[in-house]
Amino acid sequence: MDFHDTSEEAAFRAELRAWLSEHWAGRPLEGGRGDFDALRRWGGELYKAGYVGLTWPSEYGGRGLSPTYQAIYLEEMSRANAPGHPGVIGLNMAGPTIIAWGTPEQKKRYLRPLLDGSEIWCQGFSEPGSGSDLASGRTSAVLDGDHWVVNGQKVWSSYAHKADFCILVVRTDPSAAKHAGLSYLIVDMHAPGVTVRPLVQITGDPEFNEIFFDDVRVPRSSILGSPGDGWKVAMTTLLHERGTLGFALSAELERMVNQLIKLVKEPGPDGRRPADDPVIRDAVAREWIEMQSLRFTNYRSLTTLLETGIPGPEGSGVKLAWSEANQRLTSLAQSLFGLTGLVSDEAPWNGFWQYWQLRSRGNTIEAGTSEILRNIIAERVLGLPKGR
Amino acid sequence: MDFAFSEEQEQLRGFAREFLASRYDDARLAEIADSSTGVDEDVWPKLASMGWLDQDLTFLDQAVLFEETGHRPLPAPYFSTVALAAPALDADTGKRIASGTLRATLAWAEPGRPQALLDPVETSVADGRLTGVKTLVPDGAVADLFVVVAADGLYAVEAADAEVTPHPTIDGTRRVADVRFSSAPARALASGEEARVLLGRIRDRAYAALALEGVGVAQRALDLLVAYAKEREQFGKPIGVYQAVSHKASNVYVRLQEARSLAYWAAWCVSEDDEMARQACLAAKALAGSAAVFACENAIQGHGGIGFTWEHVLHRYYKRAQWLAAFDGSERAQRAEVAAFLLD
Repeated sequence: MDFHDTSEEAAFRAELRAWLSEHWAGRPLEGGRGDFDALRRWGGELYKAGYVGLTWPSEYGGRGLSPTYQAIYLEEMSRANAPGHPGVIGLNMAGPTIIAWGTPEQKKRYLRPLLDGSEIWCQGFSEPGSGSDLASGRTSAVLDGDHWVVNGQKVWSSYAHKADFCILVVRTDPSAAKHAGLSYLIVDMHAPGVTVRPLVQITGDPEFNEIFFDDVRVPRSSILGSPGDGWKVAMTTLLHERGTLGFALSAELERMVNQLIKLVKEPGPDGRRPADDPVIRDAVAREWIEMQSLRFTNYRSLTTLLETGIPGPEGSGVKLAWSEANQRLTSLAQSLFGLTGLVSDEAPWNGFWQYWQLRSRGNTIEAGTSEILRNIIAERVLGLPKGR
Repeated sequence: MDFAFSEEQEQLRGFAREFLASRYDDARLAEIADSSTGVDEDVWPKLASMGWLDQDLTFLDQAVLFEETGHRPLPAPYFSTVALAAPALDADTGKRIASGTLRATLAWAEPGRPQALLDPVETSVADGRLTGVKTLVPDGAVADLFVVVAADGLYAVEAADAEVTPHPTIDGTRRVADVRFSSAPARALASGEEARVLLGRIRDRAYAALALEGVGVAQRALDLLVAYAKEREQFGKPIGVYQAVSHKASNVYVRLQEARSLAYWAAWCVSEDDEMARQACLAAKALAGSAAVFACENAIQGHGGIGFTWEHVLHRYYKRAQWLAAFDGSERAQRAEVAAFLLD
């Protein structure tokens, strides 16, 4: 057991810190997602400096480093209050799935532009009638010569309104059993027949979308794996989503805890500092402890990953605990403002807490609802009998 | 960053688990907890012969033992001797512990005044004689030696020179006692600032040890809950298929993971004398103590009526969990200190 950085890790951390203080320090906090084109340029800067695709093999444009470096990257980014690369779906889901299942041509075509932020990806998994039950999806793809013809509707697709490509789960064999009839396509979001309709969230921001596919023609070769492999390929995607997610979440929580500490030390609307109220002090300490527990749970999970090559089962638990902590924390912050916190045009902190408190309600729904995560833990980790 | 215990430590864990499981099944544990002393009188020399009491064990070696003695409670003053008393004692007394001939504990709290480990005390020493009244002394009735917190430092007093009044305690295998010292011969261990620093370190160590025990307790409670949910059938199905039951187990699992991560972090900080040791130990004690209580309460609920009976082992764990959580103040007390670190 040794929690110190190795000398290589310490050097990487110091180098990144120095780079961030030169390139990011001092930029303002933003309530919502901010200017996407600016984020995209920021992603390009990160790539040029060598901080994107840290764990990817060097033959695909990565640096071939261990996941420990990705953890350090996420920690330092959050401590500098810097936003991440906007190509979240591409980097965490599409990219690793292409590396695992793609042909040499697909890897050559898609991976590099995904790393430098020049091409953005979205995910087409959920459907109006098929949310947590992914395998019940009905969006279809039928072979017609050298093309798949895609028809159907996907929903809750983040970044679709900005995306160049979509990783899409479709039903290619309606006669096969539920899971066996699925395939996994790469779809050009600029193709005729693709319509994106933004869905406005409770924050007022259109962060996710519906995607409609009307006779969209997708080249036959734009498939990952073989027809019928869709479920297996999708599981690779979700494994990577959960595998790398933990550190992003604990780093994000660290950022929020640091903001909360800053907030409670300021005088509130009544002129008193919340930091002088024992109830608030207790709540702040509780979230700091929670954040540390998630950070070290990720490191423990990482040790398992490095030893066995398989991510530990802790990931689902980290997502579950993080989402509830973030909801408690942001609600606590908002509660300090009283009605002032609900004013839209002159909200305290430039609307930061107002936005993130509302946004946090999505945390227990996106990337696996808390109910599904509890099922996963009960069934796959604890070995309890399946309820279905 | 490496979170794994060494191969030797994992081996020690394996031996400990086997030893404790074979010596103390649930029925035997209940018998000892309900006995007059609450301890297994014969086990101490056995612990010495297995090397559990050796002075050269690192805190990470001991960490494995604390966790296992939570998972299967060891009815002996292991925590009191190793975590509370030994760090204050000289090498010769350490040898008596290692040889299995001495059990020790720490006496700090006094009646009618604030009783946290670092609170000021009245007990005083004049001409090598210690006078004062101590209360809530863990394992006070089975210790051979007391490390006593006095106003000007720490002293060692033989149990033969003290007047001990045992208290029945709901955790039958970790009882507390009142101890009265009337001009008892006392040997100085540390004084002034040195004593204050030492007591702070003892507290860190105790918090880490109790957090580790809490992890063991919560793990056993979860094991029992999961096993019962698989085997107990209602409405024609094992109750574990019902989410009202299975999600309880999942919630316990998540809290346990968090507690384990903090407890190991705290253990490492103690063993390395890391600059974050104080905060890590506070965090671990606060979260692991409440996680152990949470695990037991959910396990009791998941068992229905049988989980609420004296006959079932769960209440033994529940009471141990409460002991851990209550030691030196509830989680709120630890969080107040964390808050001071963050906010002041």
